[in-house]
Amino acid sequence: MMAQTQDTPKIAVSGLHKRFGGNQVLAGIDLEIGRGKSVVIIGGSGSGKSVTLKCILGLIKPDSGSIRIDGRESTGLSGTEREQVLARVGMLFQAAALFDSMSVWENVAFGLMQRQRMPAELAREKALAAMAKVGLEAGLADLNPAELSGGMQKRVGLARAIAPEPEILFFDEPTTGLDPIMSGIINELIIERVRELGATALTITHDMKSARRIADTIAMIYQGRIIWCGPADSIDECGEPHVEQFIRAKSEGPIALDVLRA
Amino acid sequence: MMSRWNFLAAIGRIFISFLNSTGHLILFTATALRHVVLPPFFLRITFQQMLRIGYFSLPVVGLTAIFTGAVLALQIYIGGSRFNAEGFVGQVVVISMVRELGPVLAALMLAGRVSSAIAAEIGTMRVTEQIDALTTLATNPFKYLVAPRLIAATLTLPLLVLVADIIGVMGGFLAATQRLGLNAGIYMKTTLDVLQLEDVTSGLTKAAVFGFLIALMGCYHGYNSKGGAQGVGAATTDAVVSASILILLFNYVLTDFFFS
Ligand SMILES: Nc1ncnc2c1ncn2[C@@H]1O[C@H](COP(=O)(O)OP(=O)(O)OP(=O)(O)O)[C@@H](O)[C@H]1O
Ligand SMILES: [Mg+2]
Repeated sequence: MMAQTQDTPKIAVSGLHKRFGGNQVLAGIDLEIGRGKSVVIIGGSGSGKSVTLKCILGLIKPDSGSIRIDGRESTGLSGTEREQVLARVGMLFQAAALFDSMSVWENVAFGLMQRQRMPAELAREKALAAMAKVGLEAGLADLNPAELSGGMQKRVGLARAIAPEPEILFFDEPTTGLDPIMSGIINELIIERVRELGATALTITHDMKSARRIADTIAMIYQGRIIWCGPADSIDECGEPHVEQFIRAKSEGPIALDVLRA
Repeated sequence: MMSRWNFLAAIGRIFISFLNSTGHLILFTATALRHVVLPPFFLRITFQQMLRIGYFSLPVVGLTAIFTGAVLALQIYIGGSRFNAEGFVGQVVVISMVRELGPVLAALMLAGRVSSAIAAEIGTMRVTEQIDALTTLATNPFKYLVAPRLIAATLTLPLLVLVADIIGVMGGFLAATQRLGLNAGIYMKTTLDVLQLEDVTSGLTKAAVFGFLIALMGCYHGYNSKGGAQGVGAATTDAVVSASILILLFNYVLTDFFFS
């Protein structure tokens, strides 16, 4: 096993390729995330952000490339080894992916009860605490996820991801569908997780305000590659036309031209 | 000339895709079986599934059995009377019910009721990424979803079939005594005298195999469903059709096996 020094990145992705049929989605993603850092990936719809995340989680098998977590190669892991990696990870899915056969609190407590074998009463308490952190009242605990609004489901998904206090957090569009105040709260929550608990976070978002707030580093994905990656506060002076167009939300620029040509 | 090659290529493609999906299914079954026998076991979920599969299927299976038993009695009487064999109604009803119709009809009813429900549930979980979410919460979907359903169906179907057998024989008894005017005491006695242990065990073995197939097809098609609502719909249909066909196929294989 590789020695884990202070500067081994928590997650190191290199040369990641993935194709679905004739659709080459990832064409060599390279990305490093330092321990305790918060990285945000931005990029247009359908550019492969979610696929990248799922490859790192092992939900999608990449065609080639390497993914190292704590310096350890994790592509090709399966069974118990994969579970050991996942036991340190929390994930918020883009569409929340709540278990509809369970109540809200059972969703949030799932990781605690299944993975950490916590007794139900204690797990419920912890679940309520996690729900409170994302602004969900205890009165919602016994509802079915289908009875909640989209934004509330998102927050339940968030509570489920953070409840087991994982070392690594993945958020797929955590603030989409939330009102501005709640978005702010979620941003602060992510910052708190990362800064105070030393977690490492990888977030996907279209929301530039949120990206600037939570990111140490921002990476932009375009045509299956990371075309720009740098400190969040330098993004305005990056000088990369695709990034400039994206963060200024301009309809004219290199990205629009590509869409028209296609 | 060209069209003949196209034709052969098409057959080849179908054959390859058949081998491909058979291999896929075998791999799925092997993985599922590994999780059935290796701990940890999700006992509470398995019990819930037994309740859903077994207890809530009782009305359907009971109704099927009682009418089948009754119809059998009438038909056998009609057929038997052509060569003065009316006296054998009880014997023939019990043997056909216990060895054949109890397991097969109960299994076909459950293919419609249970296989489809499992495929729809697991398929929906697949397309809404709930299965991915399970995985990221370090819970193996085979262990958590597939194994409990396989165990539950395999254990429950024999019990259901036992009930179906009894109700079926009662149906035959009612038709024979009420409609045909046969003597109740004699009917019951001949029924019980002719029945052998092997009749019951072979029927219940079939039931266990059918139960396994029903849950397996539901899980397999649900787990591999793609797309949205349409994909789940297709998975549901595929589960029912393939479970029914496999039940009939294995019914022959097992009957042949017990025959020798
Ligand atoms: N399971 C899959 N099978 C086939 N194609 C897929 C699959 N998952 C994703 N894709 C394709 O990969 C591409 C990238 O999808 P992805 O979900 O990563 O986009 P995204 O960057 O997350 O977009 P958005 O911001 O809209 O969520 C899309 O063209 C999509 O059609
Ligand atoms: Mg996405």
